[in-house]
Amino acid sequence: MSNKVIHALYNDDDILMDAVKKVKAAHHHIDEVFTPFPVHGLDKALGLAPTKLAITAFLYGLTGLSFAIWMTNYMMIEDWPQDIGGKPNFSWVENMPAFVPIMFELTVFFAAHLMVITFYMRSRIWPFKEAENPDVRTTDDHFLMEISVHDNEKELTALLQETGAVEINVIDKH
Amino acid sequence: MYQFSGKLKTIALALMVVGALGVISGFLTTPSSVAEVKEQLHNAHQAHGAHGAPAHHEEQVAGHGSEASHEAHTGQEENSHHDEVSEEDAHAAHVFHQLKNRPWAAFYAALFFFFLVTVGVLTFNAIQRVAQAGWSIVLFRVMEGISGNLLPVTLILLVFLLLGSAHVHHLFVWMADGTVDPTSPNYDAIIDGKSWWLNVPGWSIRAIVYITGWNLYRHWSRKRSLAQDNAKDLVNYKKNFKMSVLFLLFFLFTESMMSWDWIMSLDPHWFSTLFGWYIFATMLVSSVTAIAIVTIYLQSKGHLPFVNNSHIHDLAKFMFGFSVFWTYLWFSQFMLIWYADMPEETTYFVQRFEEYKLPFLLLVVMNFIFPILLLINSDYKRIPHFVIGGGIVILLGHYMDVFIMIMPGTVGDQWFFGIPEIGALLFFLGMFIYTVFTSLSKAPLLAKGNPFLHESETFQY
Repeated sequence: MSNKVIHALYNDDDILMDAVKKVKAAHHHIDEVFTPFPVHGLDKALGLAPTKLAITAFLYGLTGLSFAIWMTNYMMIEDWPQDIGGKPNFSWVENMPAFVPIMFELTVFFAAHLMVITFYMRSRIWPFKEAENPDVRTTDDHFLMEISVHDNEKELTALLQETGAVEINVIDKH
Repeated sequence: MYQFSGKLKTIALALMVVGALGVISGFLTTPSSVAEVKEQLHNAHQAHGAHGAPAHHEEQVAGHGSEASHEAHTGQEENSHHDEVSEEDAHAAHVFHQLKNRPWAAFYAALFFFFLVTVGVLTFNAIQRVAQAGWSIVLFRVMEGISGNLLPVTLILLVFLLLGSAHVHHLFVWMADGTVDPTSPNYDAIIDGKSWWLNVPGWSIRAIVYITGWNLYRHWSRKRSLAQDNAKDLVNYKKNFKMSVLFLLFFLFTESMMSWDWIMSLDPHWFSTLFGWYIFATMLVSSVTAIAIVTIYLQSKGHLPFVNNSHIHDLAKFMFGFSVFWTYLWFSQFMLIWYADMPEETTYFVQRFEEYKLPFLLLVVMNFIFPILLLINSDYKRIPHFVIGGGIVILLGHYMDVFIMIMPGTVGDQWFFGIPEIGALLFFLGMFIYTVFTSLSKAPLLAKGNPFLHESETFQY
């Protein structure tokens, strides 16, 4: 089986969106789209499953909140009891208002950092990794749609030409 | 053109009639003399034993963390003549004044809440115009419709406030006779110190200025908006933009001053420097919620075919975001006062925590935890039932917020959520529905002259 793919390049995100919709309407499977910036609604047009990143963010936030509660209790109440704001009750619950900013900050901190790390892992990106995008122009001002060919090269090329692609290349993927 | 359906009109009028009956019955059932109150207190005391009048006991037992509440009470009692009468008589007179205040305060809470919603929608609309926002154009007529309630509600508010200046009701204790007269037994040095701002003539004139200014902008902006519909150039649009900039400048100042004059002065010894913002947050979240609910209602009746679920999503995002904003300000105000622990500041929260514990804590649940959990999911923000359900809880929560701002300084521990409160709420709800939908029926529901209309109609995300 040949591993031929078509690379269609576009120079505008609106034209790309319309092209994706047309290609999907003609029942072709789009392998991947490379864009220089996030295009809103592209995931829906491609029919990708909704991201679960938001759920992980919520769970990381809860982790951060729990960590903050444990940390403030350990530092300020147990290990070195502090007289907070002239109210020497030495109870976490009664001093809770003072800890709310810390709880808030650590919730955000955990959610944000762990979500970014999860996103990198999920996207298989790490330092010094070689780029996967097939054309350097997709990091500048071009959008690239990759479609695998199954003996329908002519038909696909004609369709893509119609959608306003500025360049169409047929490439043998190894 | 939208037509105000007969059924909705009947509902609105029925709400107003039932509400008015509730308000009137509230006035009729207040005790007419101190003797009557004394009898009631006596009976209650016997029925419940020692727990009959907990607030009264707290006042006598100084030093159990209730100095603050003690102070608050004596602060109010300076208006009654407690030198001449015995402790028990003074307490009865105090309770009598609070009970006399109750129907007025109940009316004021509902009035002020609906006023906030209406003026908030006007402001939100002005913000959209000044920002030249593209997404919200299809909602402009809904916003203009809701601000159609501004004139009636501010007129009632103005009359209500001027009745206070005329000593018909006594919600604003700093207006009492002798508070600024050093020779009077009622003399209050703190109120006297604020009298350069807090005096009856200045206060009344300011009320007239604020209300006139807001209504002029609303009238003018609506006229330009309607004129733009069939205009061939953008003159009306540009004028509306400039006027909205001026309005926002005017509103920024008057909103803060309004919050000191009409709400913060109910507790004249207390002050908070972020109070204007706090009221602003309550106003914004309630008004965005009102826009969402009216929009979804009109949409369900098929009058807004150009509104898609991305618009609803954006409104729900604002509901979510402003709920967090409200909580941020609510907590900031609380935490600074809690941390510093200064008696003149803590009185405010001590009284609320001791006498209003349930509604005070429910606020956090209804205005923060519930909207956060319900609306955090992106998909839920697009489901009308979730937005309506969350919206009703948010609106009730912010009514309660206003309730807790007004009641402690006026009726103290004699508060109850009963017929006068519900009556006033229903009355203003009925009036809101009546004026808003009347105003909606007077113009096409699509502001078709706006240059950003296409962007709004094709708005996604």
